[in-house]
Amino acid sequence: MKSETKSDAIAQISLSLNGEIRTVRSDPRSRLSQVLREEFHLVGTKVGCDAGDCGACTVLVNGQPVCSCLTAVGQLDGARIETIEGLRTSSPIFDRLQESFLRSGAAQCGICTPGMLVSSVALLVDNSHPDEAQVMDALGGVLCRCTGYRKIVRAVLEANQPTPAAAPHSGNGPVGQRVARLDGRKKVLGQDVFGADEWPLDSLVLRVVRSPHHRAEFAFGDLEAYRRAHACVHGIFTARDVPGKNCFGVIPQFSDQPVFAEREARFLGEAVAAVVGDSAAIAALDLSQFPVAWKPLPAITQPEEALKPGASAVHASRPDNILVSGRVVSGDVDAALRAADVCVEAEYETGFIEHAYIEPEAGFARRVGDRIEIQACTQAPYNDLKDIAAILGIPESSVRIIPTAVGGGFGSKLDLSLQPFLAVAAWHLRKPVRMVYSRPESIRSTTKRHPSRIFCRAGATSDGKLVAMDFVADFNTGAYASWGPTVAARVPIHASGPYKVPHFRAVTRAIHTHLLPAGAFRGFGVPQGTIAQEQLYDVLAEKIGMDKLEFRWLNALDDESPTVTGQVIGGGVGIRGCFEALRPRWQEARKEAAGYNAASNNSLRRGVGVAGMWYGCGNTSLPNPSTMRVGLKRDGRIALHQGAVDIGQGSATVVTQICAEALGAPLDKFDLLSGDTDITPDCGKTSASRQTFVSGKAAYLAGEQLKKKILKLASACDCAKIHLLDGALVVEEAGKKNSIDLRNLPLDERGYVISAEATFDPATSPLNEAGQGIPYAVYGFGAHLAELEVDTELGTIKVLKITAAHDVGRAINPTLVEGQIEGGAAQGLGMALMEEFFPGKGENLHDYLIPTIGDMPPVESILIEDPSPAGPFGAKGIGEQALIPTAPAILNALYDAAGIRIRKLPATPDKVRAAILAKAAAASGNSHG
Amino acid sequence: MYFRPNSLQDALSVLADTRATILAGGTDVFPSLGERPLSGPVLDISGLAEIRGVQFTAEHIVFGARTTWSELLAAPLPRGFDGLKAAAREVGSVQIQNAATIAGNLCNASPAADGIAALLALDAELVLASSNGSRTLPLSEFILGNRKTARRPDELLTSIRVPRRVEDSVSTFLKLGARRYLVISIVMVAANLIVDAGGSIREALICVGSCSAAALRLAELERDLVGRPVQAGLGKFVNAGHLAQLSPIDDIRAAAEYRRDAARTLVERALEACAQKVAAA
Repeated sequence: MKSETKSDAIAQISLSLNGEIRTVRSDPRSRLSQVLREEFHLVGTKVGCDAGDCGACTVLVNGQPVCSCLTAVGQLDGARIETIEGLRTSSPIFDRLQESFLRSGAAQCGICTPGMLVSSVALLVDNSHPDEAQVMDALGGVLCRCTGYRKIVRAVLEANQPTPAAAPHSGNGPVGQRVARLDGRKKVLGQDVFGADEWPLDSLVLRVVRSPHHRAEFAFGDLEAYRRAHACVHGIFTARDVPGKNCFGVIPQFSDQPVFAEREARFLGEAVAAVVGDSAAIAALDLSQFPVAWKPLPAITQPEEALKPGASAVHASRPDNILVSGRVVSGDVDAALRAADVCVEAEYETGFIEHAYIEPEAGFARRVGDRIEIQACTQAPYNDLKDIAAILGIPESSVRIIPTAVGGGFGSKLDLSLQPFLAVAAWHLRKPVRMVYSRPESIRSTTKRHPSRIFCRAGATSDGKLVAMDFVADFNTGAYASWGPTVAARVPIHASGPYKVPHFRAVTRAIHTHLLPAGAFRGFGVPQGTIAQEQLYDVLAEKIGMDKLEFRWLNALDDESPTVTGQVIGGGVGIRGCFEALRPRWQEARKEAAGYNAASNNSLRRGVGVAGMWYGCGNTSLPNPSTMRVGLKRDGRIALHQGAVDIGQGSATVVTQICAEALGAPLDKFDLLSGDTDITPDCGKTSASRQTFVSGKAAYLAGEQLKKKILKLASACDCAKIHLLDGALVVEEAGKKNSIDLRNLPLDERGYVISAEATFDPATSPLNEAGQGIPYAVYGFGAHLAELEVDTELGTIKVLKITAAHDVGRAINPTLVEGQIEGGAAQGLGMALMEEFFPGKGENLHDYLIPTIGDMPPVESILIEDPSPAGPFGAKGIGEQALIPTAPAILNALYDAAGIRIRKLPATPDKVRAAILAKAAAASGNSHG
Repeated sequence: MYFRPNSLQDALSVLADTRATILAGGTDVFPSLGERPLSGPVLDISGLAEIRGVQFTAEHIVFGARTTWSELLAAPLPRGFDGLKAAAREVGSVQIQNAATIAGNLCNASPAADGIAALLALDAELVLASSNGSRTLPLSEFILGNRKTARRPDELLTSIRVPRRVEDSVSTFLKLGARRYLVISIVMVAANLIVDAGGSIREALICVGSCSAAALRLAELERDLVGRPVQAGLGKFVNAGHLAQLSPIDDIRAAAEYRRDAARTLVERALEACAQKVAAA
């Protein structure tokens, strides 16, 4: 009795929210983050983990930053809460920070930006001119997976400084300018709409029942009885309820993944059923009571087991468990290795790596008549459209995909995740259905980077010429195909590195196991291959007794030498330029490290490492088109149907810069239309570092076409200038101006006064049986230098600096290019030092570690512009390129510092220390023997 | 049911009547739920002003159970608390330190709790209250193992007190993790050395965390250090036997063997750091 009285006392929670007194209706036990988003519709506060591990949900409570996901709203009776929505109207510091974030490129995808900004406001209120260490301490609790943090640190440090004058830029038009990202304003205001940020008010909520075993047979109990027993449940869906094909996959000929497993679940986390109903009740439902009986079966978790004779087949259609093999062969590798003056070999291993975007998968679906609409975060709207049509058994024209802002993707959001569940449920229930993955669910069920085991041998002449390389890689591709075939195909092409290797053989296999599917992750397996190849070349250079950078420079590819697939690229091979750009710092840093080590009387040792990389832009030997539409409107503005999904990398900005330059119009005349498949043509996937190159080229062609049409309308020559005015257009030619009133002109079939549409598909050729041919039209090149310090007693590593030289052909937007480099370097650092996912364990962001703001050293980017003949204004891709050389450069620096090679990643403190002890033991063993 | 009393007495009567989940900072309660919402009766102690803040009594320095790590960092404390403050800075992130309480860290009883190791090296004792009265027990007897404590369901941890004999000790806390921020410790070491007028150790309190189910004081090392001068080279005195009582495990953060090895290095470094502080003072 007594306690109930006290309970009543807290029935009313009243708090100050962004300066207004509000009464809370939600249960007092609810997380504040949830109340802000669901009850008050303040969706600027993001939820990334619900565990205090990512800081995206940071708000101010009585002026102090806290994680709103860890605060019960009942605790806040009488408290003052400020969210990003309130700060933007109340705080002058916020305005300055926001401008500084925008100017510095501190927001990429923008999902961490509200948490970063709120935390920064709290810091600057206390300390108007903090130093770098103070900024890091204040922001150490907010994770960012895109930026590599350095531009965030800079934005906070510069927020209270006078605005610097705009940097000078090359050329007159928008190309080459450090334009602030066009979608940046809404990101720094917390107004960008991500997957979880919009939903019809009458939406039902969906949750998925997943396999708790790596492999298990299952049978449902009485689902109808379960539904009747739970009034909140409106529907239960299983494989039976999939109207079309219960199968999807990113590469049509390999499609093998069911929406819901049938009889047997092939990985821990695989979906078997969905439960849909009223929001709060569904959230509280204990799914462990769902009527399904599991019979665990022996599971294959390692490729070696999968390949054993008699091993059970993960898919009956692939009896040997090999999804696909890849192969590139040129010359006679065995003979060349036998003849080589120096020959080295080693085996390398990497594990599953989680993408760890801060935005978990989210979205909603609704049925509109006989069409389905899905609004969700995705990297590939048209792929989603095709698969959803097949799953529902409806024509593609009956599917509409509305991509939201993407809070990081890095390859995993190329695959369908929650879209099929939402589509099936909304189709049957004829009500909107929404879902947000929890962090554990996201980690448990979506694709990862392929674990690899690589054996390679390499040989050279005694004067340092590479003669041969033999490379064998097995990838654990998990239970379903996803992008396994792409990894197996791409790796052998790139396994030589950006070097001339006359005798070459690379053989790869993607092997099925009963683990979660490995898919696309920034580099499609090339980072794993490069970790092996670039470490082995280091060993080779040392054995020859050559400077490691000069060895690479000597063997670097050039315009006229054939690659290992026999392709002569012919122009824009800038890898030598990258090594030359690193040379001064390489020499200086090595001298500094040697001096430090000679003087050091403690356990700290410094080292320097270098690694190179090349990466083909676009699909491997496959058609790869992008279509861009651009139209002149009656108001004198330009509409750009920009379907190259911007996942934070900046494609919306870069593509517009290219189109504007081609058209000869300023950026501020452009209105961007989203990648909604009902209004915008297919720009392909945001993958394979193809958007600047392929979609950019399509935007260039469309812009050029529109310009021609406008000039034709004005009967002007090609050299005339176009001025866009309000409702009019002026064409200037030889000092004469011809004005055209647009307001009364007729509209074309696309709804514009004049419009143009262009498609670009880069020229490639299929590879023959030996992997010879032209797999890509354009390659990006780069090399990184890592400087680090290792504590030899603890095995801990602090990376001190990364110098990154990249040949990007033409830097359309240098700030965004640097952003890709810094962010790629951060993911490479994580891969080298801390990241590994163990299926079934640590499905959260405190066991799965990614770099924090305190782990990232300064990154100096050196941009080389060796133009590609095929790219728009010479531009090449940079998205994946930026990640590839970081890990091997760090591992090579570790060897330089401590004399140890970590061949099984990541180089965690325990592995580093064990290697140091083993080396010491071997040395003392030698001295005694 | 959600109880948010304003007085300790009311809070204790709630605990006497129900098995409510005690909610202080929320930074362990919410993550422990996994994907489920918070359910069942909740006793929110965030309204209890009387168990918050720092007080100096004749015998003790007393921390109200609900004191957050940020509040502890902002409080003027003698140098013996330098290690505890260093530990406070390592608790999660600023966001966590602003919400998480000292008592929550203790009651959650994670083997990797940064606060437990630092408070064990301060010889802290705890006051537990229930509607039947209160009792005091040493922190070392409160933590029974991995996530296990001696708190009875009707008891509330109300204060943490540190004997004043430790307040002028030299104090260090070292944490080893696989990244800079927001990281669960692989090993951590807290050291407090009470030094006599002649510069020799009168009492040593050395605690290692994350290397056993509950953080452990190294009794043998503490004994062997008594009488030794606090000067450079003090760390060399540590031998493998001093760490024999640790029982580290293999987990996804590190191998057991590595933990033992790193613990020894950190203990040595903690002692050297103390010696440096004495030399600098």
